[in-house]
Amino acid sequence: MTEQAPVLILLFPFLTAVVVALAGSRYKGLCWPLVLASLGASVCASLTALTQVLENGPIRYYLGGWAPPFGIEFRIDQLNALVAVAVSVVALITAIYSKDNVEAETPGKSSQYYALFLLLVSGLLGIVITGDAFNLYVLLEVSALTSYALIAMGNKRATLAAFKYLVMGTIGASFYLLGVGYLYIKTGSLNMVDIHEQLVALDLAGSPTIQVGFILITVGVWIKMAFFPLHAWLPNSYAFAPTTSSNIMASLVTKVMIYVMIRMVLTVFGPDYAFEVLNWDNIVVWLAVIAILAGSIGALAQKDLRKMLTFLIIAEVGYMVGGVWLADETGMIGTIFHIISDVFMTLCVFLFAGIVFSKTGLRDIYAVEGMFKKMPLTMIGFLVGAFSLIGIPPTAGFFSKWYLIQGGINSGNWEYVVALIISSLVNAVLFFRIIEIAYFGVKPAEGHDAHHGDDHTKISEGPFTQVLPLLATAAIILGIGIFNKEIASIIQDFVSQFNLVAGI
Amino acid sequence: MEALETIAESFNYWIYITIMMIGLYAIVAKNNLVKKLIGMSIFQTAIILFYVSIGYKEGATIPILYHDQVHPPHHEDAEAHHGTEHAIKEAAEETHDEGSDHDEHAEEAEHALSEDSHGSLEIDPNEFANPLPHVLMLTAIVVGVATLGVGLAITQKLYREFGSIEESEIIEQIRDSK
Repeated sequence: MTEQAPVLILLFPFLTAVVVALAGSRYKGLCWPLVLASLGASVCASLTALTQVLENGPIRYYLGGWAPPFGIEFRIDQLNALVAVAVSVVALITAIYSKDNVEAETPGKSSQYYALFLLLVSGLLGIVITGDAFNLYVLLEVSALTSYALIAMGNKRATLAAFKYLVMGTIGASFYLLGVGYLYIKTGSLNMVDIHEQLVALDLAGSPTIQVGFILITVGVWIKMAFFPLHAWLPNSYAFAPTTSSNIMASLVTKVMIYVMIRMVLTVFGPDYAFEVLNWDNIVVWLAVIAILAGSIGALAQKDLRKMLTFLIIAEVGYMVGGVWLADETGMIGTIFHIISDVFMTLCVFLFAGIVFSKTGLRDIYAVEGMFKKMPLTMIGFLVGAFSLIGIPPTAGFFSKWYLIQGGINSGNWEYVVALIISSLVNAVLFFRIIEIAYFGVKPAEGHDAHHGDDHTKISEGPFTQVLPLLATAAIILGIGIFNKEIASIIQDFVSQFNLVAGI
Repeated sequence: MEALETIAESFNYWIYITIMMIGLYAIVAKNNLVKKLIGMSIFQTAIILFYVSIGYKEGATIPILYHDQVHPPHHEDAEAHHGTEHAIKEAAEETHDEGSDHDEHAEEAEHALSEDSHGSLEIDPNEFANPLPHVLMLTAIVVGVATLGVGLAITQKLYREFGSIEESEIIEQIRDSK
């Protein structure tokens, strides 16, 4: 059983999606327990895979017993084992949260919703564990198509946002597909490791075909992850989608795309090619700096809570793209660490936004007014997430930023370091504003006494299924922070094989 | 002339990029959402064309082996030795069934045969078109159809909510409702 773990990670949610779609409309009560059971099993499978990787090194799993490069291979090493665990845990937590919200926000459609939800999760998990470049494209589209539908189930504006996302996402995926085609022309292979071996063996570093392939793949993935100038689809889609959809997509989709970028840079093209032959690093780091600053400024301008958080995602994407292109070992460790911690940080604040929305029905940040007294547990959960986004020890966000900043200093990219610090300060401003409103209420001068008192006094702590996921996420963030050495050493094991320039 | 020659040499790339840009133009410039989706579909189809064209080789045929390429003429002779019991079985199954035969002689003969046939099975890869990109495109076509379907469904939902499929009118409505 344990040697089948890699494929089981993906199969549990995938097959359950079919069951939920077929049986869910008749037996409504079954959906939620089935979803939980399948995601729980998926978490177990991914943890098994992680322990196996830590004990015996990378797993190569041949689907149907067909050896690569002809068959599809699932190749699991330290990097994707960690990301797979993070993805499946986030999916499970979001599923617990979804119990009341799905029925409330998409009445009468919960079985379809859950089927799409599970397909999204299996698509994302598939992207993470597959070792085949074309298979990755298919899974990319599986996750993208389901997320268009999940967003479009929201309100009026979400539908328009979903349409934009659909067009942009399709262009991104098409670019990726085109890039894979160019790689195939030169190497005759679709298996990621095999492509790299062919690139080295045939000495294709100077080939313009490979260069075009690299550019197309990178730009395609950038569109999908909402890297700054290509981010236009993200804010409205995630801000107006049903809360469960925005929880899972905000925390996972962009981060999984960053994983894809790291996989392409390190495993497929190799750091020598990506950082030395092309010699783009400085330009991309500057683009990342612009993305970080633009995301932070965009967030400052928002009054809608979830929309503000979506702009923070754009800034975080900038952190990670910049972190990769620092071309420095510490920076790379920081980026991978940041994927893991950012998944949970984003989930934490979005869960909070979801709870606030379902409790008050308001979207703007003044909805949190006086919440410390009414919902202390929820606010504690939020505080941990907010502190982590700001980067206050001992939360996970502090350590990942620490590595990123160190990477920036080692490689001499001071503009990146400055942007990171500015963005952390902006996060502090944003979150302390919310904390202030939640603790002291709105100042009368700000004139927001329209919804003062009356219906707000009735608000109390949310149901167990909403508070538990938030607190669990907060606990995980603290856990990652406390065990940061262990996680960083796993990542270092992975990164060290690529001989990146180590810091001083 | 030189420029024309370079274009002619790689005209499949020029054509796919032209088609792709037509699609992109429709996505960017059209106001009607259905037209945008058609543009998106053209964009995806251009990539399918690109993949199909890279599997093409001049003078190549479909990647299927002919009967006499797999079963060279003397195969028939070896067959004649222990003919009757196999005679009923279908031609395609013959090689497999001989392996499970308990007759030692038959097995030996089969070994000799298989070595023989491998030796004479001269397959020149240049004679066959590369089937792999075509197979990949079957999947990509399915993905494209699914994307178009989801896109049209979303457009339908937009029409129900806003009563229009013109982007500018929808945006105006959103602005007014603010």
